[in-house]
Amino acid sequence: MNRPVTNPRHGRLRSLLSISDLGPDVATGISEVMTLTDSFVEVSERTIPKVPALRGRTVVSLFFEDSTRTRLSFETAAKRLSADTMNFSVSTSSVKKGESLRDTIETIEAMGVDAIVVRHASAGVPRQIAQWATSAVINAGDGWHEHPTQALLDCYTIRQRLGDITGKRIAIVGDIRHSRVARSNVAAFTALGAEVTLVAPPTLLPPSLEGWPVKVSTDIDAVLPTVDVCYMLRMQRERMTEALIPTIREYSARYGLNERRADLLPDHALIMHPGPMNRGVEIDAAVADLPNTVIVDQVRNGVAVRMAVLFLLLGSGTTWGGEADA
Amino acid sequence: MAERERRLTPPYGGVFVARTRVMTADDMKRATKRMAHEIIERNQGLENLVVIGLQTGGVPLAARLCDALELIDGTEVPVGCLDVAFYRDDIGLRPVLPETVTDIPCDLDGRTVILVDDVLFTGRTIRAALDALSDYGRARAVQLAVMVDRGHRELPIRPDYVGKNLPTRRDEAVDVTSDGVDLGEMVK
Repeated sequence: MNRPVTNPRHGRLRSLLSISDLGPDVATGISEVMTLTDSFVEVSERTIPKVPALRGRTVVSLFFEDSTRTRLSFETAAKRLSADTMNFSVSTSSVKKGESLRDTIETIEAMGVDAIVVRHASAGVPRQIAQWATSAVINAGDGWHEHPTQALLDCYTIRQRLGDITGKRIAIVGDIRHSRVARSNVAAFTALGAEVTLVAPPTLLPPSLEGWPVKVSTDIDAVLPTVDVCYMLRMQRERMTEALIPTIREYSARYGLNERRADLLPDHALIMHPGPMNRGVEIDAAVADLPNTVIVDQVRNGVAVRMAVLFLLLGSGTTWGGEADA
Repeated sequence: MAERERRLTPPYGGVFVARTRVMTADDMKRATKRMAHEIIERNQGLENLVVIGLQTGGVPLAARLCDALELIDGTEVPVGCLDVAFYRDDIGLRPVLPETVTDIPCDLDGRTVILVDDVLFTGRTIRAALDALSDYGRARAVQLAVMVDRGHRELPIRPDYVGKNLPTRRDEAVDVTSDGVDLGEMVK
C-alpha cells in the first residue's frame, strides 16, 4: 500500500503522499526535513525573505477542496524559493465542464510543471495522480487519509518549543475519525518516539485502531494533567453524514478545551490546533489566545516546512534521508 | 569542501587521501596573522568591519582570523557564518543541502565584509556568496580572504588576502583542517 512513489526516469523519490514516504526510517526522514527547515526559518526572518534556489521551476496548486492556510502557505513557500506558481481553482476550471481528473493532470503537465500540490476530498487521489504524472506530487490533504506537511510543521513547532519530541506525551482530542491530520500526526509523533493518547467519544474514533501504537481515552479531564502537548482537532461537520454526537453543545461540554480544562494542563504544555478553529466548539475563544497556544507558530512554521519539502523534492538532488542518487 | 558535500558530490565523491603536507599548523597560524595585518593596513583599522566565514571550511578560519585581528588591534570584530546552498548555480545538477543555518550578526549596509573560505578553486562558491550577501544589505565593500588559492578559476573572481598560492592539477584535492593543509586525491 505504502510503497514509495518514484519517478520511472531516474528512480528517485519524487513525491510526498504520506508520512511513510519519508523513507524506510521515518524518524530520520523527519529529522532531515527539520534540519533543512531551520535554514528556511532563517530565510523567512530576513528583510528580503527570498532565495533563488528553485528559479525556473513551476509549482501548481490543484485544490479540489477549500483551503486558506495550506494553499497560501504552499504558494508563499514556492515564491520564497523563486519558483513560479500556478493556481488551479476547480470552480472556474474545465472540471465544471466534465473534464476527467486524468485529462486535467495531462493538461497541466503539458504546460511543463515541476510539482503538483493536491488537495482532494477523496483519499488516494494524490497517489493516483503520482502514478500518472512525471512531476513531483505533494499531498496537501486527501479525504480522511493524510496531510503530511501538516504533521511535519506540527513536529517542527513542538521541537521548537519543547526541544525534542522523543518521550513527550501528546493528547490528540476530538474528531479523529474524519481527521487526516490525526492520521499523519499519529504516524509522525510515534515514529519520533512520542506517547500518543487519542481522546474522543467512541463514535468519533476510526472504525478500527489496529496497528495504531496509541492509547485511547474518553476522559479528557484525566488525560490533560499528564500531557506535554494538547492537540485539538476541528469538528468536521461537513464530513458527518450521520448523527455521531448528540449535539454540538454536549460535545463541547464533554470534550471542548475551556479555561477550566486549560488550567489542568502542566505549565509548560502546548495547546495546538491545525486550523481552521471553531471557537466555542472544540476550543474556547479565551483558550485560543493563551500564551501556550501555538497556533500562530504552527502557521508561521508551515511556510518554512513547505519550503523544505519543495526544496528536497525539486532542488536538493538527494532522496529522503540525504543520500545522493547514484 | 565539507566532508558531507564531498561524499555527495559526483565526480568528486570518495575519500580524501593525502599525499603531501603543504602547510603545517604553524604555517597556517603565521599566514592568518599576516592576513590580519594586511586587512588592518588596507582598511586603516577595524571600524565597520565584519568577518563572515563560508560554511563549512571558512567558519573556523574566520574565528581564528578574528582572534588575530583582536590581538593586533584590540577591538572586537563581529563574526558570522554564511551557507550558500540556496544560491548555488548547480542546484539540480548535483546534490545540494545546507550544512547549517546562516548567521549574519549585523546589518551589512555600509559595512566592509571580509569573506573567509578555506580553498579558492572555481570561484563559484564565492559567486553564490556575493549573491547571498546582497540579500542582507548593501555592503560598502566585500573583500575575500582564503587560506589556499589553488587556481582553475571559472569566473572572474580574485582573492584579496591569500594564505598560500598552491599550483594544482584539476583532479587533485586540497584538504584544510586545523592540523594543516594537505594535497592529495579523492579515492573512490
